[in-house]
Amino acid sequence: METLYSNLAIFVLALLVGVEVIGKIPSTLHTPMMSGSNAIHGVVIAGAVVTASLADSPTGYILTFIAGAFAAANVFGGYVVTDRILKMFTRPTPPKTVDTTTTEDAS
Amino acid sequence: MTGFQFLVGILYLLSASLFVVGLHMMRAPATARNGNRISAVGMVIAVLATIVLALVVDGGEWIAWVALTAGVLVGAAFGVYRARTVKMTDVPQLVSVFNAVGGSAAAAIAFAAFILATSADPLELTVSIPVVLDVLIGSITFSGSLIAAGKLQGIIPGNPVTFPGSRLLNALVAAIALGASVAAVMLPHNTLLLLVVLVTALILGILMVLAIGGADAPVVVSLLNALTGLAVAMAGFAIDNQALIIAGALVGAAGTILTLQMAQAMNRSVLSIIVGGFGTGETTATAGPADEDLTNVRSLTSDDVAIQLAYAQHVLIVPGYGLAAAQAQHEVAELAALLMAHNIDVKYAIHPVAGRMPGHMNVLLAEANVPYEQMLQLDEANAAFDNCDVALVIGANDVCNPDARKPGNAVSGMPILDADHAKAVVVIKRSMRPGYAGITNPLFTDPKTGMLFADAKKALKDITVAVKEYVSA
Repeated sequence: METLYSNLAIFVLALLVGVEVIGKIPSTLHTPMMSGSNAIHGVVIAGAVVTASLADSPTGYILTFIAGAFAAANVFGGYVVTDRILKMFTRPTPPKTVDTTTTEDAS
Repeated sequence: MTGFQFLVGILYLLSASLFVVGLHMMRAPATARNGNRISAVGMVIAVLATIVLALVVDGGEWIAWVALTAGVLVGAAFGVYRARTVKMTDVPQLVSVFNAVGGSAAAAIAFAAFILATSADPLELTVSIPVVLDVLIGSITFSGSLIAAGKLQGIIPGNPVTFPGSRLLNALVAAIALGASVAAVMLPHNTLLLLVVLVTALILGILMVLAIGGADAPVVVSLLNALTGLAVAMAGFAIDNQALIIAGALVGAAGTILTLQMAQAMNRSVLSIIVGGFGTGETTATAGPADEDLTNVRSLTSDDVAIQLAYAQHVLIVPGYGLAAAQAQHEVAELAALLMAHNIDVKYAIHPVAGRMPGHMNVLLAEANVPYEQMLQLDEANAAFDNCDVALVIGANDVCNPDARKPGNAVSGMPILDADHAKAVVVIKRSMRPGYAGITNPLFTDPKTGMLFADAKKALKDITVAVKEYVSA
């Protein structure tokens, strides 16, 4: 019960922070903001790690594989595509080429 | 709690703080990219801390780690490849696909937690409730996001797909899903019940999003994004992991706010979108005068437009969905650069919902190297129209329909770009067909408006050539 209570408290407070931290977003940034928050729920990859440490059956291994693959697509793809979008917003001067490939994120 | 677990907890707090700071920085264009990178650093910290904790505390079996590594390599390769190669016009679909896999990963984690239980050692309620909620929400977002992506990509028809009794079927499937969910919570070792929850939730996600119009799909993607956040938080409860709870709740709340603002920018209510049918069934019925009535229309050639532009001092470009659909963002940027090289002031008037989703047009123009300062938002643009010689409307319609100022029609009350305040208006459009709202646009028959009927990409190329000849002559 103690664990549940502290987890619930964290959950509710994080919800409130989520509401506050966003505030009014200029519509210019709706697309990257959606993409960026999408990348953050890629933290589910940490859950896949926990699942791997607990799995002890063939079904468990398969679910671990699925969770790992899907979560990795979410987190890696999410950060890279968000960075690609935002790179175009913050560029001070137009570069010589229209090459839009991006350097890999720390993720 | 051991000292080691305490240390991991501290690292989770650090990464949660980085998520919050990163999200906050993403509210302004200048800091947005660094915000995303700070959030990525938070992600690395959370994942590394979890790996160390899992190896030290639980250990696990080597075969599970092999499965995880293989999965991560496959998923990361797919994600990074798609993220790097996707066309900017197709970004909404890709975000939707990433959202789908995130939701299903959360559901898989909950499922894995569920099958650990046996009838002798069933899950406690504090675990079984989040597990079942996670499978329910995660499966809905998985199938729903894939359908939304299909609608945006044009693989699935954009119009709302409904059939006789579809509402009844929805209610029936929802009832089975809820019943199975309650049963699975009560018998938290019966995998079959959880499978029923999984399958019915998948069907529910498909039915719900099929019934939604294609133009509303971006708002739905945003809503499903928020739901995935909640599914991830539920996964966090199921496996007692605070990083998942915090990040999932953050995205759930932030995504909900974003969805509301997005719907507001698109002049829709979230409720009417989910219920489905807004702006489709009833408004297409009133789209009577949609035929090619050209009596009051002044038709122009690309040469006419070139002369008008070359003589102008202030030009405002109004890009719309047609520009995005024709992939003409590079051509418009080229024309603007040419005009600016001849001391003509060119700016872009960007409606919040121009393009496929809010903010999408800014991304497309940024891709074509248009500096951010040249993109005027609604209020700035409307102040500039009064002093504008030529408003060049490219593939836009409803967003500059002056009837929005009058009551009693499909666009009433929608914030619009005051293109009709410019001294002259040029509209590049393929035909007189009405836009999404399904009504005629008096701007097109205004005496000061000239229409150039052509594909945006070809028209812009022709105008650029004509302007070049004109200014060099």
